[in-house]
Amino acid sequence: MELLQHLATGLTAALTLQNLVYCFIGAFLGTLIGVLPGLGPVATIAMLLPATYTLPPTAALIMLAGIYYGAQYGGSTTAILINIPGESSSVVTAIDGYQMARQGRAGVALFTAGMGSFIAGCIGVLILASFAVPLAEIAFEFGPTEYASLMILGLVGATVLSSGSLLKAMGMVIIGLLLGLVGTDVNGAPRYSFGIQELSDGIGFVAVAMGVFGVAEIIGNLEKDELRGTFVAKVTNMWPTREDTRRMIPAILRGTAVGAFFGILPGAGAAVASFSSYAMEKKISRHSEEFGHGAIEGVAGPESANNAAAQTAFIPLLTLGIPASATMAMMLGAMTIHDIQPGPQVMVSDPALFWGLIVSMWIGNLILIILNLPLIGIWVKLLTVPYRVLYPAILVFCSIGVYTVSNSAFDIYLVCLFGVVGYMFSKLKCEPAPLLLGFILGPLMEENFRRALLLSDGNFSVFLTRPISLVLLVITGILLLSILLPAFRKTREKAFVEV
Amino acid sequence: MKIRNLTDFASGLLYVIVGVCAAYIASGYTMGTAANMGTGFFPFWLGVFLAAIGVAVCASSVLSGAAREKLASWNWKSLLWVSVSILVFALLFEDAGMVLSIFALVLVSSLASREFRWTGAIANACFLNVVCYSAFVWLLNIPLRVWPDLWF
Repeated sequence: MELLQHLATGLTAALTLQNLVYCFIGAFLGTLIGVLPGLGPVATIAMLLPATYTLPPTAALIMLAGIYYGAQYGGSTTAILINIPGESSSVVTAIDGYQMARQGRAGVALFTAGMGSFIAGCIGVLILASFAVPLAEIAFEFGPTEYASLMILGLVGATVLSSGSLLKAMGMVIIGLLLGLVGTDVNGAPRYSFGIQELSDGIGFVAVAMGVFGVAEIIGNLEKDELRGTFVAKVTNMWPTREDTRRMIPAILRGTAVGAFFGILPGAGAAVASFSSYAMEKKISRHSEEFGHGAIEGVAGPESANNAAAQTAFIPLLTLGIPASATMAMMLGAMTIHDIQPGPQVMVSDPALFWGLIVSMWIGNLILIILNLPLIGIWVKLLTVPYRVLYPAILVFCSIGVYTVSNSAFDIYLVCLFGVVGYMFSKLKCEPAPLLLGFILGPLMEENFRRALLLSDGNFSVFLTRPISLVLLVITGILLLSILLPAFRKTREKAFVEV
Repeated sequence: MKIRNLTDFASGLLYVIVGVCAAYIASGYTMGTAANMGTGFFPFWLGVFLAAIGVAVCASSVLSGAAREKLASWNWKSLLWVSVSILVFALLFEDAGMVLSIFALVLVSSLASREFRWTGAIANACFLNVVCYSAFVWLLNIPLRVWPDLWF
């Protein structure tokens, strides 16, 4: 039972008092920030990153995992209570969750979301743990050629599975890649730094994420009317009835299966997973007329799906070192700040860190469900704080936070610049997530291309003659071709527009 | 020829401009060969590819099947106050210290809201100063300048 042994290693690492405390703080802060309207997990992680700097790597990663789950969870809470999904993966939760809240069943909806997330999280951790070793073994066979192809697959996948125009998403990926190249290349020559000293080390990913996902959001939100006056549900009874439980459990299990599958795929894993799960529940339910009017399956399924996907999305990151989504790209960046380069070698070189992180995700899930019961009152209060008070606070935390990354005021200017750029992109309906993914992968991708072509003496056919690389590129080709198929195209559009 | 989807057309145009600029600047760096890539090799081709995508996006926006879409209007007031507030913060932070820069950031950014009130904004700034001092200076022990040199 190798798996159990690994999990035991993880448990001993994660269950120290110090790490438990950090897991708790992370989950708490993550939920706190995630609950705030208009702040998704990417901006939340960027904002809370400074809180982990002074910690040892294992503790920092565990806290980050807590922040990540907290942020996800916070998003569902706002979706249910005020009909404002904190992020794309809880958009569908808002449909039936908010209706349940209006019927006075907000507590039950929150409990269902929490329970679904927890069960999905438990199963997701097991999948993650059992996939990690064999996948890492394959990854050890990877050379630069395979990595370059894998990144192409990841980036193309991210555009195909994202909502909106494929071409525009690809453009955003390339703009991201270009931004990632700013600074100094491997030979020490300056590139796109225009003689600005601060740019010679490249653009900080925290500044980009805060600008595009934080500041741009704020400017966008300010043009909408104040969200007050909307109905904020009172949370009374949290316990589901027997009938609720009977309808909830199968939906949770189905959602977990759907989510685990989509999470591994590159791209908008968690969002696609929750959309698909909702569509599936609606189709197979015997109460399909209740959907849109507070069907409990409409909360249980998608919430389990997005949490299972959140879990399995770590598989490509931890075993291959390739992030599958913008949020995972943030985790990659955060790990690099702590001098950990995710990839197959981490599992071997630092098993306590690797398995400790995996186990702490499970503990984080457990903490979240415990945390949620007594603290729901605080989250509800937080939602009644008017936006005019909230957004200056977000700006303050972003500005000080980004400064502390490298103690440079230049990064604050960058936040401002990327805020304006991000606002422009949102007006042009260009999605920011592919940009962030490209940005984080840019230098890695160039490096692998360079090495692959150096080894092959400039012969591009090497990408097609090495078997693993060929398989990856064939999958990429299939993904690209599938978009041309009318049937797939229709489902893709429908998945994002209709539900 | 009529541009049907202005949003897409503008995005495509932006891609073309960024792509051409990126490729042009990159062409000034050492290009090298595929076997021995120079500084400019990878970004040059990225720029070319981006410009090509831009052309395709523009082309799709004039096709007869394209959805009609106008450019979304911008909220200049919010954009201006929010970005100016961050700029002011960045200017002040290292010399004037945290307390004054937080006041500046909160007061200026609050102007972006339609429900701006001086009293509310000042109270908010005081509150955030307390929170930031406890969080960053006291709890996380991050060395930040709190006051300008002249004062304390």
